Amino acid sequence: MDLPLLISIFPQVLTDGLILGFMYALIALGYTMVYGVLEFINFAHSEIFVTGAFVGVEILLALKARGTLDLLSPFLVLIVLLVAAMAVSGLLAVTVERVAYRPLRGKPRLIPFISAIGVSFFLQDAIRLFESIWRNSFNLVYPTMDLFNQRFTLTETIDISVKSVVVIVAALLMLWALHLLVNRTKIGKAMRAVAEDQATASLMGINVNRMISLTFLIGGAMGGAAGVLFGIQYSLINPYTGFIPGLKAFTAAVLGGIGNIPGAMVGGLVLGLLEAFAASYFSLLTHGAFGAEYKDIFAFSVLILILIFRPKGLLGEVVRERA
Amino acid sequence: MLEVENLHVFYGEIHALKGVTLTVGKGEIVTLLGNNGAGKTTALKTLSGLLPARAGQVRLEGRTLLKVPPHEVVMRGIAHVPEGRRIFNRLTVLENLEMGAYARADAGIEQDLERVFTTFPRLKERRAQVAGTLSGGEQQMLAIGRALMAAPRILLLDEPSMGLAPILVEQILETIQGINRQGTTILLVEQNAAMALSIAHRGYVLETGTIVLSGSAGDLRENPEVRRAYLGES
Ligand SMILES: Nc1ncnc2c1ncn2[C@@H]1O[C@H](COP(=O)(O)OP(=O)(O)O)[C@@H](O)[C@H]1O
Ligand SMILES: [Mg+2]
Repeated sequence: MDLPLLISIFPQVLTDGLILGFMYALIALGYTMVYGVLEFINFAHSEIFVTGAFVGVEILLALKARGTLDLLSPFLVLIVLLVAAMAVSGLLAVTVERVAYRPLRGKPRLIPFISAIGVSFFLQDAIRLFESIWRNSFNLVYPTMDLFNQRFTLTETIDISVKSVVVIVAALLMLWALHLLVNRTKIGKAMRAVAEDQATASLMGINVNRMISLTFLIGGAMGGAAGVLFGIQYSLINPYTGFIPGLKAFTAAVLGGIGNIPGAMVGGLVLGLLEAFAASYFSLLTHGAFGAEYKDIFAFSVLILILIFRPKGLLGEVVRERA
Repeated sequence: MLEVENLHVFYGEIHALKGVTLTVGKGEIVTLLGNNGAGKTTALKTLSGLLPARAGQVRLEGRTLLKVPPHEVVMRGIAHVPEGRRIFNRLTVLENLEMGAYARADAGIEQDLERVFTTFPRLKERRAQVAGTLSGGEQQMLAIGRALMAAPRILLLDEPSMGLAPILVEQILETIQGINRQGTTILLVEQNAAMALSIAHRGYVLETGTIVLSGSAGDLRENPEVRRAYLGES
């Protein structure tokens, strides 16, 4: 075993894990917030996420085509991308709820779920159709921004790209803003009240349907932001890119305790870190016999173990429900 | 102040209220008595807009309340303390009280919060605590306090004595009386007729969706039917 090597790659693996983890956390919020209110898995959330990634790439490509991309501050560009993607993904999520889920409310659970699968396919193919006509290709590459590709050199073996730091900081700020919104504002408290008991919340004067729309708006916006960060970090996107991160983020939400907002954040980070460490250390420790391709098996095994021993997830409900 | 006329409510095929008529005058404590399954909760839920009526009329100060969605009913001045308290377990005590005032934007909220804390000092002590950790009695106080935060003109109470020790029931009763003296009209739903009649001015008796008796609290207490069926005398 090559201990110095294991130690030397640690910061890089940690960074990869954090990036992946924050990405999962941002996406997981959309699943968990909606589940918290409607006890429904919004299967189309992975496409809400991908839509954000496409909004980002379209803006970048448009700027690049006009030659302005290199003139603008990359931070300003990033903010524009995030705001636009959050707005489009958020409004898309609200529209999907109105059109495809609300009319099915109160029906057996399988029915809105199947509707969500339909929406998921519809959005994938809508993006594919649009990009095929508009750009002749639905596999797109995020244009690079020079500053983001520079690297900080920490030691002779360790360097970290600017964009990694930017992605982590942006994700942290977003999670923090969401935390403030949900816990400190009147509207956030009302959202939590609706998640707990819709009928009683309505007795307080809370318009439940409006809060449900708001839940989709915020969850969708977080997903859209994750889409932009995904594109900046990993570059390559296509209409089907959302499937695997969506599945992982959903796993993260379950891991943290579905319906629980801090749980989604913790679950995302835990899953991202597990995955990054499994991917690099397993193959090193087993001399390549057990390579990075097994990382998903490792991540999901941990999920199964946690669900066996803590069925409600890491931060699942601990409050007793009283009559 | 509140007039209910010939109200019919269904759950699918089940005819739960079969023409209920009652009135609550300004400043009164009126109680609606009845055994389990009589339709008391159904009546309150219909008043606050949680259930639709098939026929009949509900008026608050002359304006119809039917078809008004629940989140607007509270703005008309009706607060509902639901059966089983239904506090928000995962919110703190203070957050529960803030939700009670959700529909308000006036300057009196702080003052009403102080008033609730004066009425229920226990809630003040525990304001930062998650409400799910409160005892049953404290939860009932919170449910009432939360409703008071709406600064209602009418308070609807659904079996506030349910599951509470006698000494706590006594306390809750005094509180309800106190709230009433400060000018809030009260419609009190109870199975516990003895306790309800001890503070009510008037009462109605509901049996399987129909009002079978009504009168002043004194008359009802003396009524042989009531004594036999609801006050546990033979
Ligand atoms: N959600 C429901 N679905 C069907 N029937 C119901 C429902 N809720 C109450 N009922 C029926 O309506 C009647 C009145 O119930 P309820 O208003 O809860 O009575 P109470 O509050 O006086 O105990 C009962 O026969 C009950 O079984
Ligand atoms: Mg009842």
